[in-house]
Amino acid sequence: MLRKLTLPLLSVCCTFSYTVFCAPVFAAEVNIYSARQENLIKPILDIFTERTGVTVNLVTGAADELIQRLTLEGDNSPADMLITEDVGRLYRAKQAGVLQAVESAGINDVIPAQYRDSEGFWYGLSLRSRVIIYDKARVSPADLSTYADLANPKWDNKICVRSSGNIYNQSLVASMISRNGIEATELWATGLVGNFGRDPQGGDREQISAVAAGQCDLAISNTYYFGGMLKSDDEAVRKAAEAVAVFFPDQGGNGAHMNVSGAGITKAAKNRDAAVQLMEFLAGEEAQAWYAEVNNEFPVRSDVPASELLQSWGTFKADNLALEQLGIHNADAVRLMDRAGWK
Amino acid sequence: MANTMDKAPEGALSSLKTGFYNRLSMLGILVLCLLLCVPVLTILASVTSSSDGVWQHLYDTVLGDYVTHSLTLLAGVGVSVLVLGIGPAWLVTMTRFPGSRILEWALVLPLAMPAYIIAYTYTGMLDVGGPLQGWIRESFDLRFGDYWFPNVRSLGGAVAMLALVLYPYVYLLSRTAFLEQSVCVLEVSRTLGASPWRAFTRVAIPLARPAIIAGLSLVLMETLADYGTVQYFGVSAFTTGIFRTWFGLGSITAAAQLAAVLMIFILFLVLTEHWSRQQARYHHTSNKYSRLPQLQLTGWKRVAAMIYCILPVLLGFLIPFIQLSFWAVDTWHLVDKDSFFTLFMNSLELASITAVIALLLGIFITYSKRLRPTLTLRGVVRVMGLGYAIPGTVIAVGVLIPFAWFDNTLDAWMREHFDIATGLLFSGTLIAVVFAYLVRFLPVALNTLDAGLGKIKPTMDDVGRSMGLSPLQILRRVHLPLLQGSLLTASLLVFVDVLKELPATLILRPFNFNTLAIRTYELANQERLTEAASSALLIVLAGILPVIILSKSISRSRPGHDSST
Repeated sequence: MLRKLTLPLLSVCCTFSYTVFCAPVFAAEVNIYSARQENLIKPILDIFTERTGVTVNLVTGAADELIQRLTLEGDNSPADMLITEDVGRLYRAKQAGVLQAVESAGINDVIPAQYRDSEGFWYGLSLRSRVIIYDKARVSPADLSTYADLANPKWDNKICVRSSGNIYNQSLVASMISRNGIEATELWATGLVGNFGRDPQGGDREQISAVAAGQCDLAISNTYYFGGMLKSDDEAVRKAAEAVAVFFPDQGGNGAHMNVSGAGITKAAKNRDAAVQLMEFLAGEEAQAWYAEVNNEFPVRSDVPASELLQSWGTFKADNLALEQLGIHNADAVRLMDRAGWK
Repeated sequence: MANTMDKAPEGALSSLKTGFYNRLSMLGILVLCLLLCVPVLTILASVTSSSDGVWQHLYDTVLGDYVTHSLTLLAGVGVSVLVLGIGPAWLVTMTRFPGSRILEWALVLPLAMPAYIIAYTYTGMLDVGGPLQGWIRESFDLRFGDYWFPNVRSLGGAVAMLALVLYPYVYLLSRTAFLEQSVCVLEVSRTLGASPWRAFTRVAIPLARPAIIAGLSLVLMETLADYGTVQYFGVSAFTTGIFRTWFGLGSITAAAQLAAVLMIFILFLVLTEHWSRQQARYHHTSNKYSRLPQLQLTGWKRVAAMIYCILPVLLGFLIPFIQLSFWAVDTWHLVDKDSFFTLFMNSLELASITAVIALLLGIFITYSKRLRPTLTLRGVVRVMGLGYAIPGTVIAVGVLIPFAWFDNTLDAWMREHFDIATGLLFSGTLIAVVFAYLVRFLPVALNTLDAGLGKIKPTMDDVGRSMGLSPLQILRRVHLPLLQGSLLTASLLVFVDVLKELPATLILRPFNFNTLAIRTYELANQERLTEAASSALLIVLAGILPVIILSKSISRSRPGHDSST
């Protein structure tokens, strides 16, 4: 039996050692750890390579694990850039000491101050809002107003939202903590939990589907999930999305809660210049349009128009809270949600 | 393999020499085992550090939920897999009914289906917004709440999903055991007036206990390690708690401590079972293996047996497989197909390399344990066995910490003394990935081989030794041929497990390297389940062949089995 296995075994070992030890090395390159998934970033990186001749190497993964890997690898980490969703993660990366500050006039001029780190450790590259999705048949937008109003007993048993383990919810709660303090926010969260139509489960899309199916009247979701459903190839999904609509809350107050996907240069970067070059490219007009549209997000630059679909939702007032605040209050938000019984 | 050339036993000098080499190799194996224990020990070591009041917060809020939900999950999955696994194993082994020949191997198919994929699939079908409930509402003009429908995304749902894909472990191992049982014992019980049912419950099951327990413990460990399913269903279990504590509360110490508690709990379970078996031994004393008397079922019994055996395959494999196929066809034009071949090969490459290494290590470790069951070795192997019950991400971090430490220390030392920067040698390479797989899946191989080796009577070794064979020669000429079935089972189980593995691959892999599981995860994570179907389907397809081989070879494993039947 062993002898029969020898040849295949040998060949497997050879390819294996090739991939491990002999992967080709080029002079100009940027190595990226990305929590933004391959199909949402690889095409634009390929264009960058085509234009500049700089090779881009990519490992995708979950944000927190990538930050952990960066931390443990330390100064020898091969990564030059970290790309991730949600400012909560970018802040964690900064706190973990794996990023370095970058000053680039080219970037600072085009990305609004609230969407980047005040010291230049990270930059937002695309924008999303966390909004209320309501059933067009059962809910009149006139009844909707603020995030705070979601704790109103009139919504008893009517709200669908995902688990508090999700960072988007943590960031939303963190923004409220930063505005209203812990005590008031905890009261609000307890009220909101009392209005849940079901135990938190699934992702944002499932909350929207549950509203369309009639299990809840309202859902809390990021805008791009709703956009993705509207553009879906699956007729049933499209039909569900068409039964509901977006409401941007707090238009009379602070504005709708905003978040970013963004990037930072790592402290260990060996190809710092090329990485900065890539960052500038991603903040450029052309990349911005693609980067936002591929995931139904808003460009972070105000001079680049959003896609037609997103524009069809109308203009809205965005919260201008410095996003760092969401990171600062993240751990408080998690504890608060635990206490409020938000599963 | 069995007919290698004979060598006459040599003189006293050579036996002295082999004694020395034996001791050396025993030491080598111990070191190797210790190395594989490093990730588990890294996590256990966290128990001693302080976690700044995080435990108080957990205790006040969510810890109760974590514990009760995980225990419910364990109990539910445990009972379900026994029902789904043992019954069909007995029926297809001892009776004949229409389709029983096909079911023999088809019952193993769900093993190729990763738990997170079956969870996505059923949710897509049965959720409030899914096609089935939509159809109910439309056809009967109902609204949500007007009709009863079970909620897939619940603790009960998680139990069902895990049980449906994990029962094959119990099925496989108990079937192997039933096939190996001597008919004599059963015949004796029948002549003593026991009904077939009584013979099954009072004789066959107790005799198959080590195998059933081995299967069950694999299932329970997988259940405790599962993250994908419980997280997706929003069940706050121990694993989801570990992640929440780690990232949400930012306390890697408290998270590692939670994982350590999990491990200690498992150790406790394993030891309890071991203790309850006490001195009982389970090798077969008779060598009389006549053909199994397969009872031809008739009437309602036939129908009942058919339904009982078809249901697990239908729910655990056919329905999700067909649904995935539909989705894959629907979304085929959206999927990046060019990379499929590379992804497929990458998955196969990792799975086969790990399977081969796990097999070799498994043989040497279990055999050394048999030769010299010292307390140290047994203890180390037990600690190593915990790897299977730990969530892949935690293992990955347990691998990352020592690897990065080693690389960075070596780099610093080389810089200082030779002015050479070695950088990261192992971190971020496939070596780290395979190492993590071994830590996680070697216990599967060990379990299987241990069970196989345990059935070979120690007198066989004694006979071999008295004929002057060295332990290595006995291994090669006596044990390995007898173990062929177990060897195949061990390597194929590891192979399929690696194919399905996601979290460790995700964290540890090098640049520009992806597998099928990663592609599936990326799309599913963007909540684009239907587009994830084609890569999910490829994982299942890659796993089917080994699973069928496995099942077929087990059918042939009955001692004295005539290959023409």
